[in-house]
Amino acid sequence: MTLIKTKQGRRSFIKVSALSGGGLMLGFNWLASCQPSVKPEAGLQLPDEWFDINAYLKIGNNGVVTIFSPNPEFGQNVKTSMPMIVAEELEVDWKNVMVEQALYSPEKFPGAPFGQFSGGSRGIMSKWEPLRVAGASAKQMLKEAAAQTWEVPVEEITTEAGVLHHETSGKSASYGEMAAAAAQIPVPEEVELKEPKDYKIIGHSKKNVDGLDIVTGKPMFGMDNQTEGALVAMAVHPPAFGLTLKAIGNADEIKAMPGIKDVFGIKAYKEGFKRGYFDTNAFPELAVVVGNTTWEVMQARKALVAEWQPIESSDSVIDRFGADINVHTPAGLENTVDHNQQMEALMDKPGKVVRRDGDPESAFKNAAKVIESNYSAPYLAHNCMEPMNFFAHVKGDKAFVSGPLQAPGLIEPTLAHSLGIPEQNIETEMTRMGGGFGRRAYSHYMVEAALISQQVNAPVKLIYTREDDMTNGIYRPTYRARYRAALDENNQLLALHVKAGGVPESPLFANRFPAGSIDNYLAEEFAIDSNITTGAFRAPRSNFMAGAEQSFLDELAEAMGKDPIEFRLELLKRAQENPVGKTNDYDASRYAGVLELVREKSGWGRNDASMHRGVSAYFCHNSYVAHVLDLTMENGKPVVEKVTCAIDCGIVVNPDAATNMAEGGITDGIGNALYGEMTFKDGVPQKNNFHQYRMIRMSEAPKAVDVHFVQNEINPTGLGEPPFPPVFGALANAMHKATGTRYYHQPFLGEGISLG
Amino acid sequence: MATFSLNVNGKKHQVDADPATPILWVLRDHLNLVGTKYGCGIAACGACTVHLDGVAVRSCQLPVSGVGDKTITTIEGLSEQGDHPVQKAWLEHDVPQCGYCQAGQIMSASALLESNPNPSDADIDAAMDGNICRCGTYTRIKAAIKTAASN
Repeated sequence: MTLIKTKQGRRSFIKVSALSGGGLMLGFNWLASCQPSVKPEAGLQLPDEWFDINAYLKIGNNGVVTIFSPNPEFGQNVKTSMPMIVAEELEVDWKNVMVEQALYSPEKFPGAPFGQFSGGSRGIMSKWEPLRVAGASAKQMLKEAAAQTWEVPVEEITTEAGVLHHETSGKSASYGEMAAAAAQIPVPEEVELKEPKDYKIIGHSKKNVDGLDIVTGKPMFGMDNQTEGALVAMAVHPPAFGLTLKAIGNADEIKAMPGIKDVFGIKAYKEGFKRGYFDTNAFPELAVVVGNTTWEVMQARKALVAEWQPIESSDSVIDRFGADINVHTPAGLENTVDHNQQMEALMDKPGKVVRRDGDPESAFKNAAKVIESNYSAPYLAHNCMEPMNFFAHVKGDKAFVSGPLQAPGLIEPTLAHSLGIPEQNIETEMTRMGGGFGRRAYSHYMVEAALISQQVNAPVKLIYTREDDMTNGIYRPTYRARYRAALDENNQLLALHVKAGGVPESPLFANRFPAGSIDNYLAEEFAIDSNITTGAFRAPRSNFMAGAEQSFLDELAEAMGKDPIEFRLELLKRAQENPVGKTNDYDASRYAGVLELVREKSGWGRNDASMHRGVSAYFCHNSYVAHVLDLTMENGKPVVEKVTCAIDCGIVVNPDAATNMAEGGITDGIGNALYGEMTFKDGVPQKNNFHQYRMIRMSEAPKAVDVHFVQNEINPTGLGEPPFPPVFGALANAMHKATGTRYYHQPFLGEGISLG
Repeated sequence: MATFSLNVNGKKHQVDADPATPILWVLRDHLNLVGTKYGCGIAACGACTVHLDGVAVRSCQLPVSGVGDKTITTIEGLSEQGDHPVQKAWLEHDVPQCGYCQAGQIMSASALLESNPNPSDADIDAAMDGNICRCGTYTRIKAAIKTAASN
């Protein structure tokens, strides 16, 4: 049993309650109006009365419990797993639990700007303690209420499946019967948390609480908002990075088109606004069309003629969570060809040294053999299936906004500044997102929707077309890496040198494996400024470095005549027993653990001439993942027969959903490795829809994915991102086995290219 | 603008719209049936799949003027209670992640099973290759289709 301070006194609870009663300013909540609550089990009866216990839950007089999921949902299934954690400590039967998405509330869910953030695979990890404390506190308050009612010592009261018992007196009551009294009990200053061995819900798969609504097509996405009287808006952004809006040429003509209400320009930021780190926006000035229906606005938008002008180069100071950073944005129309030349040129010059162990220069000088390989990857577009959109209703100094976003805490200050209203006058509803992958951490589209609503003085739904979405920027950056290894005459590894860079950032993590396992190690990096905007994309930087590093280790193992798993385990053994340096950021034993598990589960070493196998392992977002990918060749194309996956992410809250996430990450990784690519010519993105931007499809997905979790009682760590980066290496290594060719440059297959 | 008479999910509707308006936007904006999703607008992602006389079509490419007497079924009309065998199989396998593409996936899968009750892997690939899922739930979709076929 673990005793833990609740960090929430009675006073703060009272404050929270008052807010929850009076927070709604425009008196309208779209999601709630179309779905009172999610019902995981059909037939759950709504209570006559609800009692607020804390920010995370309320209990009905009939014993039904509503648990509020604090973080936005984009497919990682936190809307199910977070309430599971609360329910576990509350000791309530899962079938009596209803789940609702919480509104954005920094008061109820402190820790702004990341109190209600989905990204960085940190949801469960960061909420592990608050969710358990919320459930345990509520249970304690129910026990206190029962103790007072029955006049017995609170220590003698037990709980099971939503019922309070007192053994000696034989008394018992449901949570519903004690809910009114519990709501009056002060929040305990200290509560007991359960031991993992006693878990009845955590670790036991529960179905997605939104499953039925998804398969029956219920409205739940921002795009589905059908608020009565709302207008539809679309925005036209410049056709190229490096351009900005000069003027709208034919506004009067457009306004005369059927169903069109207004045409105007907007500026996302007011003069003098100091941008935050996530206020990324290549196109802060837009031409906007507002009308009655989507189709009418689409036609008007096509007919709109805008004039564009080149941007000037600029230097700005950006607030990176309280620290100022300088960002240089060059003028000009950029080209992928030029980016590649610039990166190659810098690759041949000394970079910024970010880690040096031993004497790598001498080791390379004295080497009997040097192996060198170069890796590259293009820009990637996120391509969330639900294009960017947002609903906004700005009325005077108040605003209601609703839509898909990963990070309400990051955009609220920007929205308040752009609208010129106080932050507390904004109510934000977080709809289920049709994908996020990092893209929706940059919610400029929410600010745009609100500015449009303010201008037309009406509720507005802003919709990006697929083309708007794909050409708007915030891409995964383009990267390069060069790995070099020095071997002695006995093929023993003397030194490793990595140099990596990109536009506009370096992908390197200097203190990750294999740093720490090699005596002589050098890491250098470089970066090139650009006006093409980039942002977080599922496992930022790791999504490139893992593939490069794990492909190189495979090539190295081959040159050294070693089994690729055995070679990695040897390096990890060194890092475990006698690590080089003191800044290594990984746990070598957990790293080795996933490699050993994947070796066992995949039957590594079995002899099958037609099956080509590649292995890869990586650590990111505090979790460890290893894959073995099995591939056959059919008509010159790789067919992924099976991926065996081993994961150490600590305690797994919802195993089947976690397995689903790993399966998806693997498939997504294969797709991006084989096909993902965005290029630029004179600042213009060269793809704007799925006829040009190839995505992995059913026939190209792995035929089987076999996911295994390391069983331990370590607090949960990340899962949405970690299975993704190592796929790139496992695939490249298996393709090498199949074809005899090393795959250094992504995408491994472009449009219509086949192997062999 | 013109008036069109449509049969959607077994109900008759009168709609005033530009004849070129794709059924996708008629469903979503005029009839408030938002289960059918917009993904690409060029029939390249399958999110907008509906049934036209039982056949899977991309509603973003079907103008309202081209429907005539044919009946339209959307995800909302696939079953009364979400108990179509494909929907049940989707729930059994807990297929969705973000969920946005799933209505289109289910409409493609249910049309496939209507015409081919026991599809092979190759049949499933051919019928489902037009539906993109960025979350990568393809392995579960395939498993769910097989479960639905066996029921």
